[in-house]
Amino acid sequence: MNEIPSPAPAPAPWRPRIIAFFCNWCTYTAADLAGVSRLKYAPNVRVIRLMCSGRVDPQFIVDALAKGADGVLVGGCHPGDCHYVEGNYKMLRRFRLLRRLLKNMGIEPERIRLEWISAAEGEKVKRVVNELTDAVLKLGPLNLSQKAADWDKELAALEENIKAAEAEPAAA
Amino acid sequence: MAKPKVAFYWCASCGGCEETVVDMAEDILGVVEQVDIVLWPVAMDFKYKDIRAMADQSITATLLNGAIRSTEQEEMARLLRRKSRFLIAYGSCAVSGGIPGLANQFALEQILQFNYEQAPTLVNESKTRPQLRFREDGREVTLPALHQVVRSLDQVVEVDYYVPGCPPTPKITKAALGALLEGKLPPKGSVLAPDVALCDECPRKQTRPADLSFSQFKRPHQLLADPELCFLAQGVVCMGPATRSGCGSQCAAGNMPCTGCFGPTSRVHDQGLKILSALCANIASREESEIDQVLEGIPDPVGTFHRYGLAKSLLRRRVDLPAPDGAKAGQG
Repeated sequence: MNEIPSPAPAPAPWRPRIIAFFCNWCTYTAADLAGVSRLKYAPNVRVIRLMCSGRVDPQFIVDALAKGADGVLVGGCHPGDCHYVEGNYKMLRRFRLLRRLLKNMGIEPERIRLEWISAAEGEKVKRVVNELTDAVLKLGPLNLSQKAADWDKELAALEENIKAAEAEPAAA
Repeated sequence: MAKPKVAFYWCASCGGCEETVVDMAEDILGVVEQVDIVLWPVAMDFKYKDIRAMADQSITATLLNGAIRSTEQEEMARLLRRKSRFLIAYGSCAVSGGIPGLANQFALEQILQFNYEQAPTLVNESKTRPQLRFREDGREVTLPALHQVVRSLDQVVEVDYYVPGCPPTPKITKAALGALLEGKLPPKGSVLAPDVALCDECPRKQTRPADLSFSQFKRPHQLLADPELCFLAQGVVCMGPATRSGCGSQCAAGNMPCTGCFGPTSRVHDQGLKILSALCANIASREESEIDQVLEGIPDPVGTFHRYGLAKSLLRRRVDLPAPDGAKAGQG
């Protein structure tokens, strides 16, 4: 009875939304380089600059996905090049288990990617962003915030029943 | 002045939380003296209709344990919310979904199929399942429907305070009841337990190495644990660093690592991801294949890290499961 046919307001075609966490010392600078070199890459990434890929808390990645991102890219310095010595290794270790955990929760591992991109590799920023955008495009939208709203429709259903029951006095 | 009214109720839980109330031993007499218990299905005989007949907000406090998983539990949660001034999520299941919340890794149909058709201990050749409605001799009996999604109490109704633990200890239960009766309450929405990590009160704190380094993760049954050395120093996954204190470190005292039942501190959203972050960062190796090998020691990251909090975690539920189809939610 609450199956109101949703009047689809002709939504704009879906485009992947990708959140990128870039290290200040390498990948972010590389993205800058890609910019000044006028390299064209998919406009689907929203870049967030952090001081180190080691600062990327797994909560950031999952929160991004839960709030509507379709993919997450983390960019850090090449092994051995971390400004803080160990940060990129810490990210690598977290990333290996996070991917497994996300897979167990039904999220395709291809949606998250960790890449080492030095400050000189503007071209690599372009390639990686394009590849990830293509991969996410193939997988389709993740749409977690909508999913959570759909899950909670079963609560709305009972609320209606209770209200209906209370409208009939002394039913209990 | 009339005594304040208190209600205890249980939803999707094992009964351990009820046990804790009784575990207060003689102290419970002091509580009983000061309050009128108006509902306590596990111990005393009251009728739901009496609760329905009460004026709104006439119960001072309801301590509700268990996750919300069925239409009956949801209905009672809503009813008790309306009748109570303070609704307290009591125990891990009510606070964050608890063990029942792990069911959010599966579709309801998978769960029913396993429990009524596939479980190795089962004899059910006719594959009979409980039906929501059953008619016999002209009378109809009904059962509550199971929801597709297991929820914490605050995902269904507003909650005033949280008492964590699987189960909460008699000590924090007493403190919570005391605060309620004396009206010395912290800001609404508070967790009534200390807001620091368990390591702070752990008797093994002094033995924690300044530099942790894991070359292997072991599960408790895979070693004879040293009874005094920090579990992390022994390569055992201990949730202590990502878990709120207040339990008195009972598991560590029993030579078992913390499994995280008190939930995260107020600065952390997702306890499981936080401990994943902390443990993984300290793996010794720098090589991908070696790291993966070390991580094989954690065969079930969801069950290990989100054991009590999956329903309240950032993802809440396995994301590729079917959505409930509105009003028809329940067994097929």
